[in-house]
Amino acid sequence: MNLFSNLQIFKSSNCIKMEGNMNLTLKVWRQKNTNTEGNFENYDVKGISEDMSFLEMFDVLNERLINDGQEPIAFDHDCREGICGMCSMYINGSPHGPNRGVTTCQLHMRSFKSGDTITVEPWRAAAFPVIKDLTVNRSSFDRIISAGGFVSVNTGNAQDANALPIAKEKADEAFAAAACIGCGACVAACKNASAMLFTSAKISQLALLPQGQAEREMRAEKMVAQMDIEGFGACTNTGACEAECPKGISLENIARMNREYFGAVLSSKEHE
Amino acid sequence: MATSPRLDAKIPDGQLSEKWTKFRSTVPLVNPANKRNIEIIVVGTGLAGASAAASLAEMGYKVKAFCFQDSPRRAHSIAAQGGVNAAKNYQNDGDSVYRLFYDTIKGGDYRAREANVHRLSEVSGSIIDQCVAQGVPFAREYGGLLSNRSFGGTQVQRTFYAAGQTGQQLLLGAYSALQRQVGLGNVEMFTRHEMMDVVMVDGKARGIIARDLISGKLERHFGHAVLLCTGGYGNVFYLSTNAMGSNVTAAWKAHKKGAFFGNPCYTQIHPTCIPVSGDHQSKLTLMSESLRNDGRIWVPKKKDDNRPAAQIPEDERDYYLERRYPAFGNLVPRDIASRAAKERCDEGYGVGASKKAVYLDFAAAILRYGRGEATKRGMHNASTEELQVMGKEVVKEKYGNLFDMYKQITGEDPYEVPMRIYPAVHYTMGGLWVDYNLMTTVPGLYALGEANFSDHGANRLGASALMQGLADGYFVIPYTIGAYLSGDIRTKAIPTDAPEFVAAEKAVQDTIDQLMSIKGTKSVDYYHKKLGLIMWDKCGMARNEAGLKEAIEEIKALRKEFWSNVRIPGDANEFNPELEKAARVADFLELGELMCIDALNRNESCGGHFREEYQTEEGEAKRDDENYAYVAAWEYKGDSDYELHKEELVYENIKIAQRSYK
Repeated sequence: MNLFSNLQIFKSSNCIKMEGNMNLTLKVWRQKNTNTEGNFENYDVKGISEDMSFLEMFDVLNERLINDGQEPIAFDHDCREGICGMCSMYINGSPHGPNRGVTTCQLHMRSFKSGDTITVEPWRAAAFPVIKDLTVNRSSFDRIISAGGFVSVNTGNAQDANALPIAKEKADEAFAAAACIGCGACVAACKNASAMLFTSAKISQLALLPQGQAEREMRAEKMVAQMDIEGFGACTNTGACEAECPKGISLENIARMNREYFGAVLSSKEHE
Repeated sequence: MATSPRLDAKIPDGQLSEKWTKFRSTVPLVNPANKRNIEIIVVGTGLAGASAAASLAEMGYKVKAFCFQDSPRRAHSIAAQGGVNAAKNYQNDGDSVYRLFYDTIKGGDYRAREANVHRLSEVSGSIIDQCVAQGVPFAREYGGLLSNRSFGGTQVQRTFYAAGQTGQQLLLGAYSALQRQVGLGNVEMFTRHEMMDVVMVDGKARGIIARDLISGKLERHFGHAVLLCTGGYGNVFYLSTNAMGSNVTAAWKAHKKGAFFGNPCYTQIHPTCIPVSGDHQSKLTLMSESLRNDGRIWVPKKKDDNRPAAQIPEDERDYYLERRYPAFGNLVPRDIASRAAKERCDEGYGVGASKKAVYLDFAAAILRYGRGEATKRGMHNASTEELQVMGKEVVKEKYGNLFDMYKQITGEDPYEVPMRIYPAVHYTMGGLWVDYNLMTTVPGLYALGEANFSDHGANRLGASALMQGLADGYFVIPYTIGAYLSGDIRTKAIPTDAPEFVAAEKAVQDTIDQLMSIKGTKSVDYYHKKLGLIMWDKCGMARNEAGLKEAIEEIKALRKEFWSNVRIPGDANEFNPELEKAARVADFLELGELMCIDALNRNESCGGHFREEYQTEEGEAKRDDENYAYVAAWEYKGDSDYELHKEELVYENIKIAQRSYK
């Protein structure tokens, strides 16, 4: 008896439903590079399965475009399990599409109906220039973190991990803020293209933990200043960012950031 | 068997437990003034790369870091779910440096190097300290102290975690340390850059050729040393839990420049992944091993039982891991759990539409936690429904994000019905051969994290990848690199118009031009999928001589077809994701063949490498310690031409034995 014969996961999938029966019209933003103008193009996609992710539907379309001798649509994606923050499609007027709490890669076609027309655009923000088609440049986020989104502790400087107990509620709250994946949906959702939710999540995480206390004021001031330098807009409290955040980052973080920031500005004025 | 003279592992003398301490105290140093003039290239910014780049920059070296993603924070370490091991013994359950060392060697089926693994165990505690100091929000108990859980292959609780997002939190910690150094000007960061080749000058690695993925331009970068922290090569199977962009290119180019490749056939197939749902599938998603703390794995006792799980009574269920391995139960190591799942499915006991799945069931855990909550709240007569509601809250807190992800992908609610899971390619234990200093066989070229072969033998234990990546980056390379660089302080930066750089860039350009000029009829994905199918069928969870020989011929033929018929649209001098994929798949098409050659050479079963010809009567892996207790390090000699070098594995501190989890 051979216990290990015929492991053919791919072939076995042939007997499952290979393709589905959804037919869709896609209206997709095409733009050759940062310096050219873009425009929408229409594509009919047929035979889509409801088990496909939104990106897998794009894979099907791209495969067809390549076979037809056309250029495939460039879009960012990597982990395809909702954690790397790379995928970034603005679908029917919402970052990451119609469902709450999911990234584009975790949006599945069962959320659409056959016959739907779906409009897909890149994130729109001055601080996120388009690179090509649906791909944008989000390096402004990295620079905000560089400005102060860290604890200055060189390798080897740490004390024992259990030396400082941290109340579970505080640790959980810090974790909730730290769950941000840096995708930029908050900026894309905001009519002012503000990066307040992203920035405040990092400021909150570190403000809630004892390790973040020493640099607390400087951190808030510097990160907020960098946000302005990058050209992100102001916050007018519409809450669109929170509503569209795939990781449920709370608006409370923005309130906390404002307290941190104004506290810092006041105390630096006192020192003048 | 004698170790090849080409493989000096440079293991320090002395007692195992004193080697690292002694090494650290005696390794030559580079003084601060000289560090400022020494440039180090770090390729990859996952746990190993980001921690190395940040730590080296803190020490005063000039660092250039590269990643192909749009930000260093997106490296695939981010997706690690369950946790990171450390021998802290905070649970007072008998853990120690030696026990973590022992578990790792045994878990690796006695195919890892003792000295490296012991060092890993020694520094494991410092990793947790460092991460907490950075503000990593690990899970905590109500008393404010750190919480732990169990992982496969161990009988202690030594795994630290942050819900099901441990990799994310650890990577963001390392990323913030890296960005701090970027802000200070100590690290120059190159995002959306792919390393295309290593530049060799006088037999040493002295730089890289990188491609700016936005403009398509090739760039030359000098470094006194080059660190490859570029992860594993699981994507050779096309379907894996790796990110879409994960690739072997940097390691493979290094291999072709003289770095030996260690144990390429050692692949980890993870037992708990969401099953394939159709041909459109682009990747597979892991459900963390931590779920095996609470989930019970079972299949129906009856073949082809099509009843829904809830309608199958308790005594008609086969909890086959608990039955076969009572001592470890559902927490056996990954290779064993995967093979056991495959065995049940191959025999016709699988569940779901494809019959290629087993159940991972939380009903018992939900009730157990519910009872615990009821006791806490003083509810003595709680109904089953009430217990379930309370139990689900506890499960949600532990695994909420994993349950949500499962529901999102499958459309089924795992709080109500058992998860369906099946094994999938997850990690590669093989990688570039490195010595104790993490240097490859090319002077000045290092490999860290999953990119090297060193610590996990033939099977990695859960929660040990994060440990190894961070150990290499934070606590090993900052010391060991001094052994090389202290002899290099007189080397001035080599100008990048030196003939070696010019020639290396031209070779890369020629390859790109060749790819673009093929203008064939099939997409890159077409070839990648075909390669994946060959690898999964013939070099996957079970291998045999005939299959491997076929695979080698099939891969050669496929490679030939690829180079004559692949179609890459667009231009090389622009953002072109298809060209990026083509260059990576070209390397996978070579690596796949070497994996099969290695699997064919290893006439034994060990860990993740299961040769059907070598199994016990009970279907367990049967090692051959007399003939195969060595690291297979392959030297590239030309197309399809590899020479085997052996590093003998000597066990002085562990009694080598048949692995048993029964």
